[in-house]
Amino acid sequence: MKIVILGAGQVGSSVAENLVSEANDITVVDTNAERLRKLQDRFDLRTVTGNAAHPAILAQAGAADADMLLAVTQSDETNMVACKLAATMFNIPTKIARIRSADYLSHQEIFAPQNFAVDLSICPEQVLTDYIVKLLEFPEALQVLEFAGGKVSLVAMRAFHGGPLVGHELQYLRQHMPQIDTRVAAIFRHDSPIIPEGKTVIEADDEVFFIAATGNIRGVMRELRRMDKPVKRVMIGGGGNIGRRLAKAIENKYEVKIIEFNKAGAERLAAELDKTLVLAGDVTDEELLEAENVGEMDVYCALTNDDENNIMSSLLAKRMGARKVIALINRGSYVNLVQAGQIDIAISPAQATIGTLLAHVRRGDCVAVHSLRRGAAEALELVAHGDAKSSKVVGRRVEEIDLPKGTTIGAIVRRHERGGGREGDGKTAYDHEVIIAHHDTIIEPDDHVIVFVVNKRMVSKIEKLFQVDVSFV
Amino acid sequence: MHALLTVARPLGLIAMVMSLFHLLPLGVSLAYRDGAEFAFIFSMALNCAVGYLVWVTTRRHQRELTPRDGILLVVLAWCGGAAFATLPLLLAIPGLSFTDAYFETMSGLTTTGATVLSNLDVIEPSINIWRGLLEWLGGMGLIVLAVAILPLLGVGGRQIFRAETPGPMKDEKLTPRITETAKGLWVVYGMISLACVIAYGLAGMSWFDATMHMFSTMSLGGFSSHDASFGFWNSPAIEAVAIVFMLIASVNFGTHFLVFKARSAAPYRHDPEAGWCVLVILASCVGIAAYLLAMGAYPDFWTALRFASFNVVSIASTTGYANTDYNLWPIFAPMWMLFLGSFASCSGSTGGGIKMIRARLLYIQVYREFVKLVHPSAVTPAKLGGHVIENKVIFAVLAFMFIYICSIVTMTLVLMLSGLDVVTAFSATVASINNTGPGLNQVGPSTTYSALSDFQTWVLTFAMLLGRLELFTLLIVFMPVFWRK
Repeated sequence: MKIVILGAGQVGSSVAENLVSEANDITVVDTNAERLRKLQDRFDLRTVTGNAAHPAILAQAGAADADMLLAVTQSDETNMVACKLAATMFNIPTKIARIRSADYLSHQEIFAPQNFAVDLSICPEQVLTDYIVKLLEFPEALQVLEFAGGKVSLVAMRAFHGGPLVGHELQYLRQHMPQIDTRVAAIFRHDSPIIPEGKTVIEADDEVFFIAATGNIRGVMRELRRMDKPVKRVMIGGGGNIGRRLAKAIENKYEVKIIEFNKAGAERLAAELDKTLVLAGDVTDEELLEAENVGEMDVYCALTNDDENNIMSSLLAKRMGARKVIALINRGSYVNLVQAGQIDIAISPAQATIGTLLAHVRRGDCVAVHSLRRGAAEALELVAHGDAKSSKVVGRRVEEIDLPKGTTIGAIVRRHERGGGREGDGKTAYDHEVIIAHHDTIIEPDDHVIVFVVNKRMVSKIEKLFQVDVSFV
Repeated sequence: MHALLTVARPLGLIAMVMSLFHLLPLGVSLAYRDGAEFAFIFSMALNCAVGYLVWVTTRRHQRELTPRDGILLVVLAWCGGAAFATLPLLLAIPGLSFTDAYFETMSGLTTTGATVLSNLDVIEPSINIWRGLLEWLGGMGLIVLAVAILPLLGVGGRQIFRAETPGPMKDEKLTPRITETAKGLWVVYGMISLACVIAYGLAGMSWFDATMHMFSTMSLGGFSSHDASFGFWNSPAIEAVAIVFMLIASVNFGTHFLVFKARSAAPYRHDPEAGWCVLVILASCVGIAAYLLAMGAYPDFWTALRFASFNVVSIASTTGYANTDYNLWPIFAPMWMLFLGSFASCSGSTGGGIKMIRARLLYIQVYREFVKLVHPSAVTPAKLGGHVIENKVIFAVLAFMFIYICSIVTMTLVLMLSGLDVVTAFSATVASINNTGPGLNQVGPSTTYSALSDFQTWVLTFAMLLGRLELFTLLIVFMPVFWRK
């Protein structure tokens, strides 16, 4: 696929990195030549220096025969103009723009094809905020990802001594909780994947990925470890874009304190937030953390834009007694260094947000993609099209599908037309049924299938599997 | 001197407008043949002549008014207006001293409602309507004062919402020009007044009384054409009408204007004062009723509630009507009512006192101090209705509070020095500075201010003006810095 990326900032660079590795032709446009040179040194891609909203620059970047435009510069306005140009002058089929301003987002009509022609607007900060909000809701989980509009969840968590299932075979889960249907998609032990089977024994410190209907996940989590008290007090270090959004999202639910270094920034925060206590100070200031009782916090989130500060500050908080610490870490090497050590959860912004984009780059009808374990594994939500003849999955039992090794079909979301709907009103009401996949589950046309892939290299095979074979039509 | 000449011209205009308003009492006088028509014709002619002379002779000094001119204009308008308005009283009521007459008219124009006149039931109807009209005009002037003049001084409290206009309050600056704003507010004031007359009439008042009491209800003044005030009718229906309109008048007329313009009640919800004002007053009604019942002042709760709510709303909104002698209630109740009067009404209404917005800002400031003690690094901007209030506004409010309390203490002490007992001195001062009207003991609801000496009357006249012009406006005129070039 030929992809033009506008903006070589954090989002642009990490997207480029991910897409290059998947054999795409990437061109990155930015005004900062220095940044582009660094990018070009590291990856196999083309760069163009200049204003991303200028037709000449877009033409130079090969917009004329591009398949996709990713406008992810810092400026909403540049992104929107670039999408409009891409539509009017270059006819690029897919145009994705990063739009941060809530004001624009509240008027979706301006993104229509006849207006700014933005096919998909993404806001990485919002994705990241939602991600952290979920973690606060389930403090025992390492990651909570939603599929099929939130009906199915994939949860990653560490098994601890004391969980009823720990030390038992997986099939015991069935006997222990007959009323809850779940499927363990993968287990990572000492960072290497184990394909779960009925006889697999869960050990303490295993990282377990399971899929269940969203309403059931708390019940499943209880099997793997003792549950913590629900989160009540949260401290946020860093009141930047993400810290501010997070505080705003959770201030009515938890007691929130937020620390911001910049005095003017702190005042803006205090003006915007109603219940949050805004503190002016340094996130690595031990005395400040002590004075503000970081030891009594249920969760401490270090969300500044500086990796080192986040790591130091969360280590400090952990040592001072914070029950759980979350740190935002951009550099992949740092993530591997600190995760599962003192820091409970290291979030890589790039990994957390890349999924939204990947879903559009994938072949086949891919609804959602979530990047897992620093991009090594992936969970996809694919739609099974076609029929038993044209498709390799439809009409087959799960055990009959020729899945590559290391992939698991976790769940299926099936749409039923709701009975009793008025005829001829053009709108059909649907009920969604969540089916946890077992070996004898049969896949029907238009099912949403959630697939777990322990190794990303297998993704292309999965894509092929779900593509409708044209020769049969 | 130059400043005086500049403001003389608008003052002349005001005098001419005042002479126009004489037509109403003149008409009443002729209709009732009460014999006061000469007083009004004379006063009207004098107003018109003096006003025209001043207006014409200062023609050459016409220029744009500065904020300083505005302050001077307001102070002189109230002092001079009260002086001119004494004429009909002096001419129609034999034996009335200028001191008492000036107290009466100042009480009217400042919408206080304290009176030195007794035998109100037998006094000329035209004089009564004149007293009421003065209050109504005072209320009208006040609305503009609050909207247009005080913000220039930075003490109005409301100006904080004018500069920034995000969110649901974006219409807060009502219209771009002050004259347009004033017109809009007067239309709203006039329409609610009309509704008030009709409601009083339907509830059983004579149309004369309805008009007279509308004047003093809408302005939260409190003059009545009966010595017994609302006790004269002893009618729950009339009292209910009065309660509703007193509450309406204690809300910012700017907010009423917005509601009127937007045809939705949303501005009331977004108003940072209206809800608190009504809530505090109504809660006090129930609380005082329960207290009176517990103290055995009334046999049953509904009677207690009726008397408590009418008098609490009346005093808390700084109107000053009474339907019973609440001076006889256990002392806590009337004290609480006077206390409410010092802060319950909204800025931009016709009520007096420090206003709800300042009370809330003071509370917010105190809370900020507490938070600062516990969390020294906390950043806690003062926020009201989602807006950040600048510190300079808080400082202005604190300074205002200081002067307010100093004024009350000083004047109470001066009155005590002149021979009044402590309760009378304190309650008279508070009732005057808050523009409430009746105090306690010697100046209670069943008596008048006529028993006071001339000196005491002048002190309280000053107190009324001081409170009405929100302290700074009046006091600054006495400061040398004001007159320095």
